[in-house]
Amino acid sequence: MKLLAQRLTLGLLLLLAASVLIFMGTEILPGDVAQSILGQSATPQALANLREQLGVNEPAMTRYFDWLFGVLRGDLGTALTNGQDIATAMAGRLSNTLFLACSAAVIAVPLAIILGVIAVRYRGQWPDKLISGVTLTSVSIPEFMLGYIAMYFLTVKFQIFPSVSTIHEGMSLLDKFQAIAIPVLVLVLVVLGHMMRMTRAAILNVMQSAYIETAELKGLRPITVIARHAFPNAIAPVVNVVMINLAYLVVGVVVVEVVFVFPGMGQYLVDHVTKRDVPVVQACGLVFAAVYIGLNMLADIVSILSNPRLRHRK
Amino acid sequence: MGEILLDARDLKIGATVYPAGEPPKDITIVHGVSFTLEKGKVLGLIGESGAGKSTIGLSAMAYGRGGVRITGGQMFLNGRDILSEGPSGLRELRGGEVTYVAQSAAAAFNPAMRLIDQVIETTLRRGLANREEAENRAIDLFRQLGLPSPETIGKRYPHQVSGGQLQRVMTAMALCPRPSLVIFDEPTTALDVTTQIDVLAAIKKAIHDTGVAALYITHDLAVVAQVADEIMVLKSGRTVEHGDVQQIIEAPREDYTRALVSVRSIDHEAKPPAAEPLLQIKNLTARYPGLSQDVLKNVSVEIAQGQTLAIVGESGSGKSTLARAITGLLPPSKGAITFAGRRLSDKLETRTRDDLRELQMIYQMADVAMNPRHTVGTIIGRPLEFYFGLRGAQKRKRVQELLDQIEMGKNFIDRYPAELSGGQKQRVCIARALAAKPKLIICDEVTSALDPLVADGILKLLLDLQAQEDVAYMFITHDLATVRAIADGIAVMHRGKVVRYGPKAQVLSPPFDDYTDLLLASVPEMKLGWLESVIEHRAGAQD
Repeated sequence: MKLLAQRLTLGLLLLLAASVLIFMGTEILPGDVAQSILGQSATPQALANLREQLGVNEPAMTRYFDWLFGVLRGDLGTALTNGQDIATAMAGRLSNTLFLACSAAVIAVPLAIILGVIAVRYRGQWPDKLISGVTLTSVSIPEFMLGYIAMYFLTVKFQIFPSVSTIHEGMSLLDKFQAIAIPVLVLVLVVLGHMMRMTRAAILNVMQSAYIETAELKGLRPITVIARHAFPNAIAPVVNVVMINLAYLVVGVVVVEVVFVFPGMGQYLVDHVTKRDVPVVQACGLVFAAVYIGLNMLADIVSILSNPRLRHRK
Repeated sequence: MGEILLDARDLKIGATVYPAGEPPKDITIVHGVSFTLEKGKVLGLIGESGAGKSTIGLSAMAYGRGGVRITGGQMFLNGRDILSEGPSGLRELRGGEVTYVAQSAAAAFNPAMRLIDQVIETTLRRGLANREEAENRAIDLFRQLGLPSPETIGKRYPHQVSGGQLQRVMTAMALCPRPSLVIFDEPTTALDVTTQIDVLAAIKKAIHDTGVAALYITHDLAVVAQVADEIMVLKSGRTVEHGDVQQIIEAPREDYTRALVSVRSIDHEAKPPAAEPLLQIKNLTARYPGLSQDVLKNVSVEIAQGQTLAIVGESGSGKSTLARAITGLLPPSKGAITFAGRRLSDKLETRTRDDLRELQMIYQMADVAMNPRHTVGTIIGRPLEFYFGLRGAQKRKRVQELLDQIEMGKNFIDRYPAELSGGQKQRVCIARALAAKPKLIICDEVTSALDPLVADGILKLLLDLQAQEDVAYMFITHDLATVRAIADGIAVMHRGKVVRYGPKAQVLSPPFDDYTDLLLASVPEMKLGWLESVIEHRAGAQD
């Protein structure tokens, strides 16, 4: 329990530190929001007035704490460029991204673990080599390339799935799945290799242990030895990699979203970076940081819970 | 003549090794060994490490560890040649007809599963019983093996149970599926002597009660003499001698067996206590950071120049912690250490270079105490460079002198640790300690990981070096035979305290305190019926 509380506190502190970094990062970004709203021909007076109005002249310290307390109340501020409430605008985008990420994760995580177990069972034989080869290839190809390859076959040649993955409210769930099928496929291919290889390596590491020999000498089937005796002891490293990949699915899919015109967080962020819309960039940064820290914290907690030494004291 | 259970005929076992920088080559580990085992009997396989005893034991399950293969011969179990079985036949055999008890139960249990689930796993998978029946059988076995709270101990995870108890749980796990043969592979080697007795007695009783046959593998002849009916002595993969226990112990035919039986013949006359101590420890109390209990409680001992103080105790008694406090690795919370007339600083960082030089250490695991990528010359040369500034030819000459002193020969100077045997590695560590010209060497279980004959060689060397260099030793060990061989003074430690302290003759003669009595009585003796007499003695003491 003490360990868990420690992890939670640490996570919150990290998040606070991340908020400082994000704020500082956006402070030193070149460019000026007033300039980009009003254009090159704006008069100095108009620029000054707009800056005053937007509140960018306040000292950085004041603005940081205003922002931070706003965030704590659930107010992410308003976008400078279009005056929309960021929290509202982001909610839709975030839920789209989470929908895409979850769909990919639900397929990729179990698949990676099963493939990892199979690779260990047949290590050095053809199934192992095939699995390693395929996943390594899919990791090595850039994701936009994978996207276009998938699009070429699944949309252009065989016309199974649409190439544009725009989803909106009012679509039925089935339609939504239909729309995101190709990006999900691409994302699965991107994250599968990493997780599968880590599963394989972690289990192989455990396979050296004396208790695996005990299990083999019990006459258990090789697959039982791996699934019952090796895998439960390899959970901690696997969970860590799984969480890093889940975080990637949420925060790192900008390219895939752009390729498939998917209305998610990535696109939202990219749009507003180009417009120098600092509050939006800050809000996105903070959400991404929260996702990363949250998932890694979850990984730590799962690792602790999966370890009987930490769960049950002597 | 009873019914034959296991019949090994001309067993040949080999492996492929991959020496660095050379093409892989096949080596032979066991060169044609034959033996038979009757139902319900116990055959002890004995020999030093590398003799092939574990390999032969595992071949009774048609199992080769790592790259080990059974290359020839036959192994009949109940008349069936198990070496010609396919994978499914072998699965049937392993964990069913033949089961295995490993050396270190702490490592051999899956840390993520409750004990009971591991104990009844094969019984359930083979459909020999339903869960309730299997659990009841396991609990009966736990009770038979004398485990505390047999009903609930199975609900625990391996890390929640002590080493000696785990070894008994492992025996229960082996007996649970009602096998006809159990292989015990050094089941008590990793245990303290006082724990070893309980486990040994429990195993012996369980074998007797269940009528199972067993192969009992160990390097300790005195231990195997307590449980086996017959003994087979092995050396380098060949049978040296095979006979019943009494004949092997009392009338060995072969020289090698005689050497094993008479091992620990060194006895050295204790030197008279000196007036001026070299190292004086006064009321030392220490604890590890973050722990609430003191690991050392008011320890006071002295060591005179050129003499040996043996620190004896079981694991957890604080012997190694004492060494850590003396070397400055663990600053004590109370007490003082005086060395060669000066007060030593508590912390390692604030000690002078002479403090460091004059106080050297040798460890139990020689292989992890050396950098595997350094040559012997570099390893021994390092202190010469650091303390005396020797370089080049001068340094090399001194290293060669040291190699001579440890009886290893100059040509070892360019070898790597991996090319050395266990005994040679420990000798290099001794030379490294000696290179600093220390006044005191702390030897932490330096012979515990070695075979008896090799360990004897190391002890002789240490005694010779002491006579030549007038160096003092603090000799930490759990092995009382070693203490008899080397000590001048003895301190017996128990739970962080020194419970008995004085010159060797005095400490080892009665009247004893309870703990020393228990400890001395627990050292296996090379005679039949020793185990029973000890257990009787203990029962008597409790009444």
